[in-house]
Amino acid sequence: MKKSLTIACIAAAAASVAMPAFAFEPDRPVEFVVTAGPGGGTDIFARTIQAIITKYELMKAPIVVVNKGSAGGAEGFVYAATAKGDAYKLTFGTNNAYLLPIRAKVPYTEADLTPVAALASDEFVLWVNGKSDIKTAADFIAKAKAAPGELKVAGSQSKDVDQILTSMINDATGADIGYVPFKSGGEAAVQLAGDHVAANVNNPSENLGQWQAGMVKPVCVFKSERLKSETKVAGNEGWSDIPTCKESGIAIDNYAMPRTVWMAAGVDPDAVAFYTDVLKKVSETPEWQKYLADTSQSGTYMSGAEFSDFIKKDETAVSAVLKREGWLAN
Amino acid sequence: MENIGLLMEGFGHILSFNHILLMMLGVTLGILVGVLPGLGAPNGVSLLLPLTFSMDPISAIILLSCMYWGALFGGSTTSILFNIPGEPSSVATTFDGYPLARKGEASRALTLAFVSAGLGALAGVVMITLLSGWVANFALRFSSPEYFAVYFLAFASFISMGAQSPFKTLVSMMVGFALASVGMDTISGNLRLTFDIPELIKGVSFLVAVMGLFGIGELLLTAEEGLRFDGIKARVRLSEIGRTLIEMPRYWFTIGRSMLIGIWMGITPAGPTAASFMSYGVARRSARDKSQFGKGDPRGIVAPETADHSAGTSALLPMLALGVPGSATAAVMMGGLMIWGLTPGPTLFTDRPDFVWGLIASMYLGNIVAVILVIATVPLYASILRIPFAIIGPVIVAVIFSGAYQVGNAVSDMWLVLVFGLLGYVFKKLDYPLAPLVLAMVLGDKAEDAFRQSMLLSNGKLSVFWSNGLVTTLMLVGLALLLSPLVFWLLGISRRRRLGVPKPPQDGTPAA
Repeated sequence: MKKSLTIACIAAAAASVAMPAFAFEPDRPVEFVVTAGPGGGTDIFARTIQAIITKYELMKAPIVVVNKGSAGGAEGFVYAATAKGDAYKLTFGTNNAYLLPIRAKVPYTEADLTPVAALASDEFVLWVNGKSDIKTAADFIAKAKAAPGELKVAGSQSKDVDQILTSMINDATGADIGYVPFKSGGEAAVQLAGDHVAANVNNPSENLGQWQAGMVKPVCVFKSERLKSETKVAGNEGWSDIPTCKESGIAIDNYAMPRTVWMAAGVDPDAVAFYTDVLKKVSETPEWQKYLADTSQSGTYMSGAEFSDFIKKDETAVSAVLKREGWLAN
Repeated sequence: MENIGLLMEGFGHILSFNHILLMMLGVTLGILVGVLPGLGAPNGVSLLLPLTFSMDPISAIILLSCMYWGALFGGSTTSILFNIPGEPSSVATTFDGYPLARKGEASRALTLAFVSAGLGALAGVVMITLLSGWVANFALRFSSPEYFAVYFLAFASFISMGAQSPFKTLVSMMVGFALASVGMDTISGNLRLTFDIPELIKGVSFLVAVMGLFGIGELLLTAEEGLRFDGIKARVRLSEIGRTLIEMPRYWFTIGRSMLIGIWMGITPAGPTAASFMSYGVARRSARDKSQFGKGDPRGIVAPETADHSAGTSALLPMLALGVPGSATAAVMMGGLMIWGLTPGPTLFTDRPDFVWGLIASMYLGNIVAVILVIATVPLYASILRIPFAIIGPVIVAVIFSGAYQVGNAVSDMWLVLVFGLLGYVFKKLDYPLAPLVLAMVLGDKAEDAFRQSMLLSNGKLSVFWSNGLVTTLMLVGLALLLSPLVFWLLGISRRRRLGVPKPPQDGTPAA
């Protein structure tokens, strides 16, 4: 209560400037539902947007951020889904929004949500321990094939993006690499730094600190082209020096995780249009560019039909993996 | 000692009027959020976080970390006064803190808690100062089997110490395990024990459970006993604080042992909750006179509080050095670091020594400021108990329910509090211990995850728990602790038998 009040006061003080007219405009506090715990990637995603909206006064109404990250984010999506038609709740997540109902018996379906926009796409990199003799993706696969079932990849959550990618690597190369789920990418990073597992497939920001210290090193990035950031991270090595997995021995073209914003089903299209516009403006600010650079994500803004098409494509691709592994919930 | 030099430089960075003022502000805000159950340190810190974006990183981290210290102290206050733990790690403080307060010695209980908490935190900071480089590398050696061994150790040191029958302890612990497994399972990603009830997918919050079990359960008992607190008779005298301070050195051994347990559990990193339970368990077990434990033994307050705070402080080291948050609050602060333009991780120590050592120096000062401020509030808090129960009782109920709502912003949690309140009342009436249930709820799912991860890592071989020196030692100590009551019991039987024989032993063995 206290938290919401204070944030409300701050935001109310900031948002007192007139705005262009829209068919819909929030006139009471808007809830930002974060489908992850405090401090995680999704949390920083939502709070950065909150800070930018407040700074540029893109919305008159105050914003209240709530974390509902239990059950892999399902808690937040269920909360959003039960608020049918509520134009005062934005839900922040990844592709877990539409993957969770496919792989687990959660009490909501994708039809309960309205896609608003995707603002960024987080990349996946294959990392090994800093002292490992593995240099290329081909080395890694050769090592995995020499000892079937012995090599382990640590990742965040079960049957989620990390495990799906591991399964795709096995499928593409014929290797038999095991997967061990941990609670977060941070834990997976430390397990690799301590040399308890052979690799992880963390997002760039999750392993940045360990790479700087030489405890882990990148092998390849799951993307059709190299990363753009020229920043040097460890010595002469930088993001753009990481080869793509496709060119170095694992035939997986593009694998990324979109950072997405949702509303409940049945909301007024005017409200969706309003928030789409606000988020578009957010994605054009220098602060947003700084956030993307700091976390080594790609800025891919999508909304409307483009976003819906992307969801369908991503869903089909991932469902195929889930089906092959027998992880479909229904 | 290179680190001492760096620490002195750190003090140079933070010793300014503004920073001291920020510390006092942080601690005061922290005490406020700590006293309100459910609001707690993580929420308080994330609430303040946006305000720090315009500050320089050192001022910002001073404010946030001092708020964290304040919240930890505030959490013990409600444990002692109302039997409502504000934080998971202050549950063990209720076991003896609340009985002592009910005896009319609330000031003594609070002072004992605050001073030992302060000492514990200082021990943690001293460890960080002296051993930062070594500890960071040590924490890297921990994988799932080691984690499981540490949790096993915590269970083993706490189990079988209860005064109640071992079967009641077992029942209570199993209920705790069952509650801990509600929600999504980390290893399989499937939902368990949710019965298609949407409210249950987030699991049963530990804080909601303890607020019901301890807070509401206790209120029901008090109401049944005739609506009065025994503490009402207590007079608040300043001299009582002074007398307690003089009393402190008597517990030097308990304090020292609890510091070691706390530091160990903080860096391993099982965390403050496991540390406080383990420290309480060890203190109770090793005490010569156990009769006062659970009825207000000062050692029962000193042990968990010291360990809680030395673990909480030590746990910040893995966060700084490895970039892994040891607690929810640390996770929020880490998010802050990123927004302030710092990368938490191994290179932080070399890239920004001014920040790291400024933070460490602020831990020394911040904790001293916190202890002074909270001790100053003791008369105020202790006098709350003089308010008639008919007034304070409903206030506590209101605080518990709003706290339960705060935990997950969910109305369903308020119903859960009621259910747990009744459960707590029934447990008390039937003389079932609550502590094993709480311990199982806190560590149950972590232990389960660690065990199943170990099995995945080793392809199902149990020998993974004896695969290196570290994990073997942990398991052996755990087994020794688990089996020691049985051994003592057998020894006791044989001793009694021998004493029953009139003639002295012939074989030279002492009659003990």
